[in-house]
Amino acid sequence: MKPSRVPANLGAMLLLGVALAYVGVLVLLPLLVVFVEALRSGVGAYLEALSDPYAHSAIRLTLMTAAISVPLNLVFGVAASWAITKFDFRGKNALITLIDLPFAVSPVISGLIYLLVFGAQGWLGPWLLEHDIRVVFAVPGIILATTFVTFPFVARELIPLMQAQGTDEEVTALSLGASGWQTFWLVTLPNIRWGLLYGVLLCNARAMGEFGAVSVVSGHIRGLTNTLPLHIEILHKEYNPVGAFATAALLAMLALVTLITKSLLEMRHPELRQGVARQR
Amino acid sequence: MNTSFSRRMLVALASVITAGAVTLPVLAAAPAPVTLLNVSYDPTRELYEAVNKAFAAEWLKSTGQTVTIRQSHGGSGGQARAVANGLEADVVTLALAFDVDALYKQGKLIPQNWAARLPNNSAPYTSTIVFLVRKGNPKNIRDWGDLARAGVSVITPNPKTSGGARWNYLAAWQWAKRQPGGSDASAEAFIKKVYANVPVLDSGARGSTVTFVERGIGDVLLAWENEALLAKKQPGGDKFDIVLPSLSILAEPPVTVVDKVASRRGTTRVANAYLQFLYTKQGQEIAAQNFYRPRDAGVAAKYAAQFPKISLFTIDEAFGGWDKAQASHFADRGSFDRIYTR
Repeated sequence: MKPSRVPANLGAMLLLGVALAYVGVLVLLPLLVVFVEALRSGVGAYLEALSDPYAHSAIRLTLMTAAISVPLNLVFGVAASWAITKFDFRGKNALITLIDLPFAVSPVISGLIYLLVFGAQGWLGPWLLEHDIRVVFAVPGIILATTFVTFPFVARELIPLMQAQGTDEEVTALSLGASGWQTFWLVTLPNIRWGLLYGVLLCNARAMGEFGAVSVVSGHIRGLTNTLPLHIEILHKEYNPVGAFATAALLAMLALVTLITKSLLEMRHPELRQGVARQR
Repeated sequence: MNTSFSRRMLVALASVITAGAVTLPVLAAAPAPVTLLNVSYDPTRELYEAVNKAFAAEWLKSTGQTVTIRQSHGGSGGQARAVANGLEADVVTLALAFDVDALYKQGKLIPQNWAARLPNNSAPYTSTIVFLVRKGNPKNIRDWGDLARAGVSVITPNPKTSGGARWNYLAAWQWAKRQPGGSDASAEAFIKKVYANVPVLDSGARGSTVTFVERGIGDVLLAWENEALLAKKQPGGDKFDIVLPSLSILAEPPVTVVDKVASRRGTTRVANAYLQFLYTKQGQEIAAQNFYRPRDAGVAAKYAAQFPKISLFTIDEAFGGWDKAQASHFADRGSFDRIYTR
């Protein structure tokens, strides 16, 4: 059924009003405040806050973390959804549950897990220390924690999509003599490409914004292990609201670019939206 | 082999050797740059930014070595735990001795007698706990007793994670105990009333200051004196007054080199020099400028106006040291758990 353009009656209008107010107060207003506060002391102060060397190092670290954890999750997500939707095997449900785990546990717990495993008092800590390998309170720990937290995004996006598509096309390709890899590259991947991109975009947005897990394993060393979200907290605590909001605006902008890219994709490829709608 | 080529090779070789001969002594004279990590508690951000700059200049002048000091800040207890868990601090500058002791107890990162290695129990500066109230003191908060009054909203961090909060708690406890007819039981009842007035327990001192100053929550902030003076110096600081209670605690935030980390990283010498710098006239001046009470008598006299006389007691005389205070008040099932969970 096509949605009608004008709300039919008072009840529908009221419902629409409530929904708009809800989104406005909870989402739009705080977002606006970030940008207004960031520019309150003028563009000069805004740019100055972003030219700080600590800010630069935070931006670099955040981008690097995303650049490593997103491709990792892309490869894993595709492999897992492929295995789950195209094959039957024992322990499949357990695997699906495991994929959901990072969504289910609080990010703080995710961080603590790594501390308990890799920390100096943890299981592997003493061995790592002996071999001069740093994991927690260093960049590898931040990347690990981020990868863990953003682990489900790609797989969660692909599994319903691939389930809906079924295995008919792959079976056909195989029966016509295509190899496994050929089937994947020429049949499966083209079918899921938009869903995959969608998952990667969401994964990226979260990877750049992750706070809880990273905060636990970071050690908060300025200029070394502070990501953008951690840097924002520090500025806020240093009585530097302009700097905090300027950096927050930058982070929000990175997320907005991601979301706008996603919307553009949906506009260009309405079948993607249907695909996404079908999964829900 | 082509002669012009081999001649060119020879010239190149000669010039490399000459260049080497010229640059090598210079390289030998300038030791490789070194970095230190100072893991500290919440309110010392501004202090150590200033100290680091001054020390780096001093060290470059006296040794020719460039030193970069990195900072990490957070609640004192949490920071100590991070170092015990492997955060590679060359030095720690924490809020109280108990948190530094944790580095001996967990992982033996420092010797047991660490406090005796530097003067004044390894505390180069001191501070105390004061009240920060709204301008004009509308709730008329004069002393610890006023904190337990109905309708007074008190901001203090969580003593489980914050060093400052533990000093606050013990100061309040001791005041109550010294009241006519006071005892540990009456002190506990008093503290319970105070914490019933606390709407937000932040994890660190700076978090509480932000709650009180920027979010405008609460009638009184129990604050480090240095934190209160710093808050008054910020834009909008004239909206607050400082109230000195009749009795407070002498807070001695200690510093120490983390031996295991420093020797592994080869930074023991510069780390020791860094901490000794805190005791120099220049280091003491910087401490005073950042609102920490200096130990040096000369510097203290110069900044006497900034640090009014206040009746202080020490943790050793009132509670028998940090180990005992921690065990009876902040450990699991200590007095804080009793008053806060019931």
